[in-house]
Amino acid sequence: MEKRVTFSRRTIGILFAVPQLLLIFTFFYWPAGQAVYWSLTLQQPWGGGNIWVGLDNFRSILSSADYWNSIAASLVFAAISTGLAMFVALVLAALTDRQLTGSRFYRVVLIWPYGIAAPALALAFRFILAPEAGFMAVVNQAWPGFWDPGLDGVDAMASIIAAFSWKYVGYNFIFFLAAFQAIPRSLIEAAAMDGSGVIRRFRDIQFPLITPTIFFLLVINITESFQDSFGIVDIMTSGGPANATNLMVYKIYSDGFKGLDYSGAAAQSIILMLLIIVLTIFQFRFIERRVHYR
Amino acid sequence: MASITIRDVTKSYAKSQVVHGVDLDIASGDFVVILGPSGCGKSTLLRMIAGLEEISGGEIAIDGTVVNRLEPRERGCAMVFQNYALYPHMSVAQNIGYSLKVAGVPAAERTQRIQAVARILELEPMLDRKPAALSGGQRQRVAMGRAMIREPKVFLFDEPLSNLDAKLRVQMRSEIRKLHRRLNATSVFVTHDQVEAMTLADRLVVMNGGRVEQVGTPGEIYKRPASRFVATFVGAPAMNILEGVVELDGLSLLGDSRRLAIPRVGLPVGAKVAMGIRPEAVRLVAPGSQGALNATVDLVEELGAGRVIYVDLDGAAFSVVTSETVHPAPGETVGLKISPEDMHFFSSETGARLDVFKASVPVPAH
Repeated sequence: MEKRVTFSRRTIGILFAVPQLLLIFTFFYWPAGQAVYWSLTLQQPWGGGNIWVGLDNFRSILSSADYWNSIAASLVFAAISTGLAMFVALVLAALTDRQLTGSRFYRVVLIWPYGIAAPALALAFRFILAPEAGFMAVVNQAWPGFWDPGLDGVDAMASIIAAFSWKYVGYNFIFFLAAFQAIPRSLIEAAAMDGSGVIRRFRDIQFPLITPTIFFLLVINITESFQDSFGIVDIMTSGGPANATNLMVYKIYSDGFKGLDYSGAAAQSIILMLLIIVLTIFQFRFIERRVHYR
Repeated sequence: MASITIRDVTKSYAKSQVVHGVDLDIASGDFVVILGPSGCGKSTLLRMIAGLEEISGGEIAIDGTVVNRLEPRERGCAMVFQNYALYPHMSVAQNIGYSLKVAGVPAAERTQRIQAVARILELEPMLDRKPAALSGGQRQRVAMGRAMIREPKVFLFDEPLSNLDAKLRVQMRSEIRKLHRRLNATSVFVTHDQVEAMTLADRLVVMNGGRVEQVGTPGEIYKRPASRFVATFVGAPAMNILEGVVELDGLSLLGDSRRLAIPRVGLPVGAKVAMGIRPEAVRLVAPGSQGALNATVDLVEELGAGRVIYVDLDGAAFSVVTSETVHPAPGETVGLKISPEDMHFFSSETGARLDVFKASVPVPAH
């Protein structure tokens, strides 16, 4: 029989659950409900009443080319930064797993970037990638005009992808390394005895066995790339040039708090939330099938 | 089939040396068992043959080819691991056929060979199952199949039976033996279980502290242990040992009061000697009989076919295995009779065998 704590009176159990329910309600359901309500009304910027407009906010957002541009930029950002952060972390973890001396040191050093606040790291990357003084100035010296994130939208996108990926490489690395080390050494040795070389072993044995971790990181990285990118965009590009890096999460902020369009921003939050939900459901439905849980 | 030659092989890690100069010749088709307590370096030696562990010094040759610098896959060895090391995400058929797949054997031939191996090991009904859905014994069989399918020159077994329950272990033991008779491939089997070692081995290698103590047939090792370590490690219950000192008129055991009339051949007076006798070689007689030692019974273990009687011999613990229908009770006094020809002598300092009876001069064992 399953062990389970039972309460003599139902009310005691409910009392225990109340603090947590209260927190979730106050900080998630209530704001989310408010956002839904705002998205269906027209809010006055300085308060003082609102008008019920139904789905008008959604209609105007979805008919705006700027908004579709923002969705496209977000999807590009999510795909490339997730891919890059996971690939680099996977390679680093695979190499660290093979040569374990000093792996404890790597583990500590590589988790630090994740601990840095997004604006701080964005500022650092702004200096590193500055076309006139940073590391890329050397490249510009050789090919004048090659790199200018202030003018070129692609360069700007590359900058924020680099900064975001750098932060998440450390995070992913920890999980990948743990997954690799959870594979019994004898499995790798058995594969070696079976005649399998390093690359083949990685493909046939290690990779299939870390798919649960890959799947977990994929979900987390994609979700975070939609949400955690705000600080980086704000400091590095402010959505520019010409809206090239105006990601959905940044557009919510700029339309809402700079443009004072609270209702439109609320509608955008709802769309972003739905997009993340749909993407996550998609991953669970179609990618998780290929995961080998042990 | 291949012979294995091991010459002065050593293994050191950063802080310690675990294998000290091992020399061993394994003839083609031999079933050799390496027996020793845990930490004696036996698994390390096996892994050096396999190529999973670097060789710090010396030379290992398989079929005359020095393999020190060869990758595991180039050595033609197959290995069965203690924890089976089956690939959890592959089916039984994929597990068995993985080496063929890596080698690029066409799918049709692969299936055929997997079928053939599965038939020998009675794995046919479960070829599509994952290892998680198999019992311990079945997993063990899959691990064997994975080694067999490659038709290797050498089979290496790293304590493959220690995760099985007692009944299955006995069954797998005889299957391994049968399999060896059938394939006749050179096999090296590592274990710490002396019964397993005695029953499987053509030749037995006893290791201790990173050194080979003795090499021989199971019978030789039981009858003429080359050192005190081998004598007490092989055989259950362990050989009884009494410490003694060589004196002018013989060997004094158990203090001055008891003296065994043993000719002092070639041993200086005052030399410390350990006398060993197998519990099976001690006879129980009535107390006070001619030439018998009196002892007090401590404990009797009933084994069904016989019993082990633990006695106290003037402070020394002694065990006797008897099949006779005597039932001494704890606290009772019994007489022990020991024939000189059943005694083994070892140097107390080096532990080496001293052949006091069989040779006129003590021959230190190698």
